Amino acid sequence: MAGQGARGAEPMTDFISLSSGFAEASVRVATPLALAALGEALAERSGVINLGIEGSMLSGALAAALAAGAWGPEWGLLTGALAGMALAAVFAAVAIGARANQIIAGTAVSLLAAGLTGAVYRRAFGSAGAALSIPTLPALSIPGLDRIPVVGEALFGQALPTYLVYLSAAVIWFILSRTRWGLGLSAAGESPEAARAHGIPVRRVRAIAVIAGGALAGLGGGTLVLAQVGTFAEQMTAGRGFIAIAIVVLGGWQPWRVALAALLFGAAAALQFLFQALGTAVPYQFFLMMPYLLALGALAGRVGRVRAPAALGVDL
Amino acid sequence: MTALLELAAISRRFGAVQALHDAAFVLQPGQLHALLGENGAGKSTLMRIVNGMIRPERGSFLVNGQPVAPASPRQARALGIGMVHQHFSAVPAFTVGQNIALAAGWSPAPNGLARRLRALMSRVGIELDPAQRSASLTVAQRQALEILMALAGEARVLLLDEPTAVLAAADADQVLTVVREFTRQGGGAVLITHKLEEALRYADQITVLRRGKVTLHGPAAELTAATLAHAMLGDAPPAAASRSPATPGPIVARCSNLTVSAEAGGTGLRGVTLELRSGEIVGVAAIEDNGERELLRTLGGVLSPVSGSCEVLTSRTLIPEDRTTEALIPSFSLTENRLLAARAGSKSVWINWDRERLATGALIAANGVVAAGADATAEDLSGGNQQRFVIARQLESTPGLIVAENPSRGLDFKATLDVFEQLRTAAGAGAAVIFHSVDLDEVLANADRVVVLYQGQLVVPTEGADRDEIGRLLLAGSAGPSA
Amino acid sequence: MNLSRSIRQTARGGALPVAAVLVGLLILAVGLESAGYSAADGLGALWRGSFGSWYAISSATLPRAVPLLFIGAGLTLAFRAGAFNIGAEGQFYAGAMAATWIGIHAGGWPAPLALIAVGAGAMLAGAAWCVIPTMLRVRFGVLEVISTLLLNFVATALVSLMVTGPLQESRRVYPQSDPIAASARLPLLAGTRLHLGLPFAVVICVALWLLYTRTVWGFRLRALGTGPRAAMIAGRVPAGRYLAIALLGSAALAGLAGGVEISGVSYALFQNLSPGYGFTAIAAALLARLNPIGLLATSLLFAALEAGAGAMQRDAGIPSVAVSVVEAVILIVVVVADRWRGRGPGGQSQ
Repeated sequence: MAGQGARGAEPMTDFISLSSGFAEASVRVATPLALAALGEALAERSGVINLGIEGSMLSGALAAALAAGAWGPEWGLLTGALAGMALAAVFAAVAIGARANQIIAGTAVSLLAAGLTGAVYRRAFGSAGAALSIPTLPALSIPGLDRIPVVGEALFGQALPTYLVYLSAAVIWFILSRTRWGLGLSAAGESPEAARAHGIPVRRVRAIAVIAGGALAGLGGGTLVLAQVGTFAEQMTAGRGFIAIAIVVLGGWQPWRVALAALLFGAAAALQFLFQALGTAVPYQFFLMMPYLLALGALAGRVGRVRAPAALGVDL
Repeated sequence: MTALLELAAISRRFGAVQALHDAAFVLQPGQLHALLGENGAGKSTLMRIVNGMIRPERGSFLVNGQPVAPASPRQARALGIGMVHQHFSAVPAFTVGQNIALAAGWSPAPNGLARRLRALMSRVGIELDPAQRSASLTVAQRQALEILMALAGEARVLLLDEPTAVLAAADADQVLTVVREFTRQGGGAVLITHKLEEALRYADQITVLRRGKVTLHGPAAELTAATLAHAMLGDAPPAAASRSPATPGPIVARCSNLTVSAEAGGTGLRGVTLELRSGEIVGVAAIEDNGERELLRTLGGVLSPVSGSCEVLTSRTLIPEDRTTEALIPSFSLTENRLLAARAGSKSVWINWDRERLATGALIAANGVVAAGADATAEDLSGGNQQRFVIARQLESTPGLIVAENPSRGLDFKATLDVFEQLRTAAGAGAAVIFHSVDLDEVLANADRVVVLYQGQLVVPTEGADRDEIGRLLLAGSAGPSA
Repeated sequence: MNLSRSIRQTARGGALPVAAVLVGLLILAVGLESAGYSAADGLGALWRGSFGSWYAISSATLPRAVPLLFIGAGLTLAFRAGAFNIGAEGQFYAGAMAATWIGIHAGGWPAPLALIAVGAGAMLAGAAWCVIPTMLRVRFGVLEVISTLLLNFVATALVSLMVTGPLQESRRVYPQSDPIAASARLPLLAGTRLHLGLPFAVVICVALWLLYTRTVWGFRLRALGTGPRAAMIAGRVPAGRYLAIALLGSAALAGLAGGVEISGVSYALFQNLSPGYGFTAIAAALLARLNPIGLLATSLLFAALEAGAGAMQRDAGIPSVAVSVVEAVILIVVVVADRWRGRGPGGQSQ
């Protein structure tokens, strides 16, 4: 996509192909972030801040890489989700079951995942970490929709996980705003005492939200491997789980807005390709920093305008 | 006719406390049944058993003649039992409609919900905007919401835990009228209260609990305030503590044209002018959230005025309302909790723990605080002893101005008397005391001088104003016939 | 607090950390066996690499304990105030960058002056790295957890930029800085890689211990972290000022750790200078129950794990990252046990 832009003869075609390439890259980069952020949003709406989401993503990535090598990329994605759930279950056992501090429990789980994935990866592929060749997920175009100028290819010409973002945003929105269970979940996040007085099993609801969120984060990790990078590397999530937490803030804890906020982060990362294509001599590290600074800006900019769930991080 | 509820020989213990001992309680259809008792008499425990929040250790429990004791609030609701809690159980961030859906177990999907809400509101006779956020409701509206939440679904039994404790008289009247209407349609209601008048005026049947045992029950028409008070307190009802009016000394604090912005949920203060004199006890009467919090916290030095001034010419101390989050750190020892307040604003650098521990032990002993010692943690003390400790600690430095927010909150009769005794002693020794209580009678009984706050403005009752006149000031800000 | 009482309390406080470490090592052993390694070989190598010889102690374990001590000491400050600074890794790098820049330019300076400049610069840079999170927390109540964490990634990217740009070595070949001037290097204990940073770190720990246990300021800081509203209302603790000092102080100490690492160990800046000291120090501080004297022991323990991990990989072919599993397990055991005893570290998160 970047290459096409550089080659183009006419300025107009140049611009269009460049911007559709940029849009496509934005969505592709945003997809794993969006999945993890939606999972985190679900947990936070129930009142739990899960810093272990980074660990869920990382173990999801490794599990997806291993399973995809053995059984194919679709199974890889599923295994990634299961690995994300497993780490989230550890977090839930510590932070909800044993009622330990959520921040520390999350940090511990991310540390645990870093150690486990590193050990398993080196055990499986040797300490040098031979380059893995992993079957990746093919693009699935939706006929018709993918012809929309500029954004068609970006939104409807992606691999499976991008469609899973749409699906999970819709499902989470539906659960939160249209079902009794979702109302109970929001109540657990806003006022656990009130929720309990109305018969909501607060800790069970929170545990389910956290573990389901872990599945989405694991899916996000799997997506990183199977639809973006094409291989696994140690610490490859590089804090994307933490960015997901910032995305949740930027998205105001609303599923569709969270997905859109993720797209903004994807766009920031994709700018890197665009600027390179335009031949700018800005050091690439600036682009590395950009999503994190954007997240920080989101935190600062959100001051006073959006309310977090009132009982976020508060034990019952 | 089958009783809606029939509880017999119910016992329940919490640790060392026998909360209920062989208690019996029967609720008939069409009945408004008042459950009277002091704090800690077991009223709330009994109702929480009915609501499935706790289980009895012994006893039998029939609902509509069936032995199906609910094991959770959800099951209680399925059996047609709804509860209005003492503390608001609505989620502040939720809309009225969401809260009712939460309580009733309805789906929050807008279309079906709107229809059910309309049906509920017209059946009960309470109208609220379903889309309004609960946090922005007035206190009376919030109580109305609680009743809607309890009656949503097909509740036949309504449990009300002190529903009028925080309401103005007119609002309380309205709430109890709604409850009366509910019983007229064949439902049964239990009204937990400690207000004798209310029980006598509205209830058909009255049951009195004292220390976990039923000491009296019978039709309201056959009971009098004196017999009820005897059943509640054991011996003759105590006369309101009488004391000779203080001879006020010099002015120690002066607020003029004081304007303060609102704390969460409050109304703020507008143009309040007030002088406090040494040796007097000033009671602030106000319906919740009419600026009483802002006035006391400004006098206590926690809030700052937007305009006007609040000069305090002496040392001051604030006894905050919330003992366990604002006055004490529950996991800290009494020594540490004393030190926290003792060094507030102090410039000293070093701590001699042995000396602090001795001083704390002496403070505990001198004030009759029941505690294992200076190393006991604050959370190990009963509410009454926590408050006694807090007041003793705050008065240790003999401040010239004592500001007490609702100092009897959550305390039983005896502990409340003790609290005001401590304040009176301090006033006798020359301190100016200003306090607020949610209970108007408590203000009247303990203050030398009463001021009223209404929507952030100070109203001074005329000399010799009686309870009814002050009541009208609370509600309308003027002594004329209430609108 | 009299002496026998504090000894008794310390002894009682020590039982849990020891148990946590044993659980962690047990899980490591089980994990190694089930992954097909010999647990005996692995643990043996872990011991040899950490405490097995004077060289291991003085040149592997102790030098690694120094940054943990500095960062961990700072974290006890923040955590006691109820502020979760998990950005120590970034603050470490900020300090390291400043120290490198000063150290390179300190060629002709007398050694004491150069060292003081390096230390002060590193502390300032570390604190500066935490100014935005501090302002967001103190002014607007934005959770510092996320903001400090995000700045870690900015710092690593900035180091990468520096060592390929402004601070790159003169020949412009390797992604690292020029070595700092000899005057800016901390003296070594003869024949070892142990530098003067260690006694200095110990002094800071003791000073903080005195601050926490003997002074009104330290007491009020703990009150703020444990019961913020009571501290502010009953104790009149100026929360914003205390929080700002605690957060910036912890960041300054993390920055100092970075400066000392440059000045005492690496003498040059490069990527991955820290093997995750900022996170390991969280575990060390929590395991020490935020007690700076306890931190002396727990930093040594985690430094030994890090030092031994290298030996484990060399001698037994076991991936060194496996020890972060041990760290995570220790962290989980401590935090769960604390909760069961009814006292969470650092108090409420918000």
